[in-house]
Amino acid sequence: MVSPEAHSDSTTEPGSPWDGAPYPVLLTDVQGMVVLSNAAAAVLLPAARPGARLKDVAPAWLSAAHDVLRTPGLEASRPLSGVMGARSFEAHPSVQADGSVVWWLVDDTDHRLVREALTVERERTAFLAEASNMLLSSLNLGRCMGVTAQLAAEYLADAALVVAPSRGRRMPVVTSLRGASPTTKHEAADPNDVPGLSEALRGFPPVPSRWIDPGGAPRWMVPEDFGPVGSIVITPLPGHGVPAGALILLRRSDTMAFTQNEEVFAQLFAARAGAAMSAARLYAEQAAITDVLMQELLPPTLHQICGIDFAGGYRPSADHERVGGDFYDVHPAAVEGEASLVALGDVCGKGLEAAVLTGKIRNTLQALLPMADDHQRMISLLNTALLTSHHTRFATLVLASAVRNGSDVELRLTSAGHPPPLILRKNGTVEEADTSGTLVGALPHATARTAALTLSPGESCVLYTDGITEAKGGLTGDSQFGEDRLKRALGQCGGMPAESIVEHVQMLAAQWVGHRPHDDMAVVVIAAPRTHHLTAVSGHTRGRFTS
Amino acid sequence: MTSSPNRLQDQGRIRNLADELWQAVQATDEHTATEVVLRALEEGMEPETVLLDVIAAVQGKVGEEWADNRLTVAQEHAATAISERAVAALALHPAARTEPTRGRITVACVDGEWHALPARLLAEVLKLHGWRVDYLGAQVPAPHLIAHLHRSDADAVALSSSIATRLPTAHAAITACQAIAVPVLVGGAAFGADGQYARLLGADAWASDARTAADRLARGPLARPRTNHQPIDDLPHLADQEYTMVARSSAALVRTVFTGLEEAFPAFRDYTELQRDHTTEDLTHIVQFLATALYLGDTDLFTGFITWTARVLSSRGVPLQSLPPSLGILAGELKDFPRATHTLERGINALGPVPPPTTGNLA
Repeated sequence: MVSPEAHSDSTTEPGSPWDGAPYPVLLTDVQGMVVLSNAAAAVLLPAARPGARLKDVAPAWLSAAHDVLRTPGLEASRPLSGVMGARSFEAHPSVQADGSVVWWLVDDTDHRLVREALTVERERTAFLAEASNMLLSSLNLGRCMGVTAQLAAEYLADAALVVAPSRGRRMPVVTSLRGASPTTKHEAADPNDVPGLSEALRGFPPVPSRWIDPGGAPRWMVPEDFGPVGSIVITPLPGHGVPAGALILLRRSDTMAFTQNEEVFAQLFAARAGAAMSAARLYAEQAAITDVLMQELLPPTLHQICGIDFAGGYRPSADHERVGGDFYDVHPAAVEGEASLVALGDVCGKGLEAAVLTGKIRNTLQALLPMADDHQRMISLLNTALLTSHHTRFATLVLASAVRNGSDVELRLTSAGHPPPLILRKNGTVEEADTSGTLVGALPHATARTAALTLSPGESCVLYTDGITEAKGGLTGDSQFGEDRLKRALGQCGGMPAESIVEHVQMLAAQWVGHRPHDDMAVVVIAAPRTHHLTAVSGHTRGRFTS
Repeated sequence: MTSSPNRLQDQGRIRNLADELWQAVQATDEHTATEVVLRALEEGMEPETVLLDVIAAVQGKVGEEWADNRLTVAQEHAATAISERAVAALALHPAARTEPTRGRITVACVDGEWHALPARLLAEVLKLHGWRVDYLGAQVPAPHLIAHLHRSDADAVALSSSIATRLPTAHAAITACQAIAVPVLVGGAAFGADGQYARLLGADAWASDARTAADRLARGPLARPRTNHQPIDDLPHLADQEYTMVARSSAALVRTVFTGLEEAFPAFRDYTELQRDHTTEDLTHIVQFLATALYLGDTDLFTGFITWTARVLSSRGVPLQSLPPSLGILAGELKDFPRATHTLERGINALGPVPPPTTGNLA
């Protein structure tokens, strides 16, 4: 520390008032010659004796400041600063009437260090906030690994690798070079070959960061064209009580090695990245489980089977759900020439719980397929099965057996407490199938009456749930879409392909309800395909047979 | 590139195929439609050309025919179903088989959007360009889209919307995707003829058609969006709450206008249920477009819709007298909302003089 009391080759008279000044002081004349230097200044700049030129004895920044001061119109407005020896100073000039200048030199070393530390901390806080934002925004493991590697390469090192614990024989590794997009590889490497890596990958308890000898790093760890490696540090990525992986930071030999401070900071970052990665991993695992279970409950995709067109559409009551209390299935005939069985139904209730019961009913019906030609018996057995199960819910359903007969389709339809199917005739009329019965799962005996009818080519049969007809909307907002509107709409659909009838009905019902809440809605259309030469009689085209 | 006589010949072939497909689609003749498409492939036509210059061209004509009342909505659906089957047949043909060599793209329609074919065509074109495509289909609720993106790590989402009234929903979907750092490319008639609404809603890219979309994606990856973006940053005018108010009370507004029309036009009281349903539907569209115009802060959207409606109604033989009074009643109901009032006035002016009603008077 420069002390005013310091004794040295003072250029002021001993006891001069300048020596009592708390700062080094230099007085220079108009020509830039040192006139006076106090005791503190003499310690700082021993050569700055009276008669010396400031330019020769002071650091360049100070003499430059002096020149600026002497040039009219270029007056420096704020204190100038620079380094002298190991410390830094602010220079405050006061210009005298005769043109001479008194330079007060104020030591601001500590102040500067504090400011610098503050800037670094602010940058780090901003970085951590940004990193958290980016990491928290994704629940995809690959993306989280990419973001982690990229951020680490941008702020912490010249290159970064994120290694996830391997499920199989290969380790997923995301590598990011500064300024490049991350790349993903699956390395067939053994983490035990790298000191510290397998411990870091185990995650718990978290191990401290580990330095490894850059020379001993395996080839996969160093990106191509990276150049000589200066330092490598391996930091664990601790997750939510499960290991999320390890972060490997690499610096080139011409970059400064990691300081302890930087290493602590890297761990702060690793804690956030690890939490994000393990959240993504848990989400992926849960989503995979849900997917498998959901596959059994989702309505099937329908298409043409045994020469009959089938199409189905489903809209659960809540937009965020994929399943609900309505269901449908098409079981192709086991033997060519026999009927395929369609089932469409509605379990009382909504959401996942109702969907689970639909799964049960669908399984039961599947088991009863050998007696698919006897609808009454199927319904009666299903009724018994539902009564004896622990579910207290009941259901309504329609069974339809469909078989091709020449170009016609023979249908047998049985409703168990369900709205009767509607038949679209070629002439545009819409008929209700003459079938009715009791719902299943409520009474000791379920009875039903079956309707038999024939579809000519281009005619269809529409099975639907009451979610369609009971959809509330319209002008008053609480009038039901109703069977009359449905029939009227279907009257426009004569000759249409099965899937566009489904789509049309779904769209009309959706428009009717608008944003209002609604029940699950399901539609299935069974259609007798239009025979080839129908083009000739459709009335739209010049009458010609396709070839 | 082929020499110009060849190109002319190609264009002639494309036109002929489109004519044939149009005939088949109009007649709901799946067999011929599929046969036309497969024959084009067998003869060596590029699958992309068949998708965009034949099938998409025919689908464009379906839309025009509907607007001019030469097809009903049901017939439009039937025609679209035939086009869809033609696309499906093309996708299975060996000529269209492409190994994925590029990244992964999710293609979806905005929730409430039933016109899936443009998105389906884009999905097939992107597959032909070597992308791995997840096609989610029509009306995808945002929660499903986001759940899919979390699981698939797509490089980008291509979002399709053809009806402008879906734009507020589209905006929600765009910002939701961007919030999880997935860039969004949008397309479809809803986003405006030159993509002005795509820019307004902060989409990362806009494409006028499937070819442009494929070119844009081929040029390089869309930048990952910043995740700290707020929807209100795009549309500061939403702070006046006019959109929220109109959207929330749309059912009540439709009822008020309907009652007002009944008073003004006694003939209304004799309307059949079907006619009343149609009027309710038309009024609902007007209110939806008004709300959307307020959301976007763009009166032109509303005036454009009103003049289009007038054209469609006249082509269906519906008298137009009720249109200006409907807008007048709405303006009266919304008199405390300056943007809504201004928009409705512009709509009334855009209609110009309409023959005065013979059965009643609103003034």
